[in-house]
Amino acid sequence: MARKTAPKSKAAARTPSAARASGALLQHDVEQFLYRQAELLDTRQWQQWIDLFAEDGIYWMPPDPSHTTWEGMPAIFAEDRNLMTVRMKRLLHPDAWSQRPLWGTNHVVSNVVIEKATPAEVHVRSRFHMLELRRDDVRHFAGSYRHELQRTKDGFRIKLQRVDMTNAQAAYDYVLQAWV
Amino acid sequence: MLQETIPDLSKFVEPDRVRREVYVDPRIFELEMQRIHERVWIYCGHESQVPKPGDYWTVRIGRQPMVMVRGADGRVHVLYNRCPHRGAMLCGDQHGNTGAFFRCSYHAWTFHHDGRLRNIPMMESGYAGTRLSRDNPDCHVKPAARVESYRGFVFASLAADGPTLAEFLGEARVAFDDMCDRAPAGEVEIVPNCFRVVQHSNWKIFLENQLDALHPSVTHQSAGRAAHEVEKEIERRTGKAPLSYHMLSAFATVTIDKWDAFQTLNYPYGHCLLTGYMGLRPRDPDTLAYEAALEKAYGKKRAEEILSVNIHHVLIYPGLSVQPQLQQLRAVRPLSVDRTLTEIWHFRLKGAPEAIYRRALAYYNLVNSPSTMINADDLENFWKCHQGLASAGGDWVSFHRHYGRDVEKDGVVSSGPNMGTSEAPMRNQMKAWVQYMTAEK
Ligand code: FES
Ligand SMILES: [Fe+2]
Repeated sequence: MARKTAPKSKAAARTPSAARASGALLQHDVEQFLYRQAELLDTRQWQQWIDLFAEDGIYWMPPDPSHTTWEGMPAIFAEDRNLMTVRMKRLLHPDAWSQRPLWGTNHVVSNVVIEKATPAEVHVRSRFHMLELRRDDVRHFAGSYRHELQRTKDGFRIKLQRVDMTNAQAAYDYVLQAWV
Repeated sequence: MLQETIPDLSKFVEPDRVRREVYVDPRIFELEMQRIHERVWIYCGHESQVPKPGDYWTVRIGRQPMVMVRGADGRVHVLYNRCPHRGAMLCGDQHGNTGAFFRCSYHAWTFHHDGRLRNIPMMESGYAGTRLSRDNPDCHVKPAARVESYRGFVFASLAADGPTLAEFLGEARVAFDDMCDRAPAGEVEIVPNCFRVVQHSNWKIFLENQLDALHPSVTHQSAGRAAHEVEKEIERRTGKAPLSYHMLSAFATVTIDKWDAFQTLNYPYGHCLLTGYMGLRPRDPDTLAYEAALEKAYGKKRAEEILSVNIHHVLIYPGLSVQPQLQQLRAVRPLSVDRTLTEIWHFRLKGAPEAIYRRALAYYNLVNSPSTMINADDLENFWKCHQGLASAGGDWVSFHRHYGRDVEKDGVVSSGPNMGTSEAPMRNQMKAWVQYMTAEK
């Protein structure tokens, strides 16, 4: 049976098994994209990470799961590509004092569920767990991603990456320096 | 290290330097909580945080868990968050609504919003002939000794004696006047979000940084430079960059010599103020619409007076750092000698255009949120200071910059002309510290 979320292209809808195959392919492509997103963060390839975003793409981390928009709202992150570039340049500056100590992250992304797929876009939610080492301290962050992806001829581009931290409302022991 | 009994604390502070133990000795921390935080006026929250009867926020005053609650009569009360029966905290959540009364989760004693006992299950049969009765003060929730508010900002003192809130704030009340006057409606309202960040350093290190005009262009060079480059790039592409870039780039472009052009003002009780404002007065359409609204509310002359108040930061010692022009404040809650919680709030100017709120909000998100590109480097320095002061590498912290050049007039000490980077605010804070710590009990 064709999945509700499978693309509605005529070829895919022709037979149930073709639809299933195309759904599996999409699931695979989306997962690979999400893994790459996380890997670029963990390997600190900041510019390549920013390039995953559409020209008007937004990275958003609300402080509260009830928020439905970043506009006019307090936000832990609400960055367009210009602000992302500021953050990247800061991270790379030799005098970013707090970035000098040994620092690294490790993301695991899972539970990838496609919510909606059209020929133009795919909406997908997933879960992540991030371990961060800074100096001698380890911190854990976990939560959910929600990606609104644009389909382009070069693959997916992020229109919106929403990051809901499970611990968003808890006090932050120290701050977040890079995107999660 | 210190001996078992703490020697004369006044010996730890000289007018231009302070001993390192003041920052790192846990016994001194306990004394500070007793003699300073649990006596003086401490900021609890804003009245608009608890608009409806039963609305509450929990808050720490020194080591004491407190709760600020709105009563059915409209008054705001501050109580110890402790049930008089067997001691359970009454409110386990950070904030919420109690309903018509507090109800303890352990044995269902209930209390009015002002702390008075409402009911004990089967009180008559259970307590007849015992020492416990309604007349016994021990069966009510203990309130803070004093609660007062100034322009909607609620403070509590756990000591029955001492200056009134108005006397305590003195001229530093300009922190709230400047913020509220900037609203065409004359008051501000809370933006319902609190960013909370824990610093791994003594609470005084944070406060001493707040008016430290020497550090921004050094500490925040990386973020300021990065923002400046992108700001220039956006200007090249589109002609004009949003003001938020200027707020960040000013950390690098306002160099030390420019900070010297500002001035510090130092008041009794350790409060202090730094003049100067990074945003200046832009002439864009949003600002002009806002200024028109202000003129309509106050008249041209008064509006101009309000707009020309030039304050960067006001410190209300020992627990509050206010940026009135950005409608933001950071409340300092010491957790232990080397851990400090900051609670960071933003306010809306009532009656001002949405664009003005959003402009200040950008600063709240970029500079004061847990993803801050600015405070991150402050926190790194605070941690380093605390580590260094815990070492035996030296006994003293130096506050000598422009010492001996302060100008005193009517009880207010100002740094001399072109001495904005003076360490007068740190000297002033330590002067208050020593007065509090050595006062007769
Ligand atoms: S501890 Fe509160 S009712 Fe018993
Ligand atoms: Fe700073």
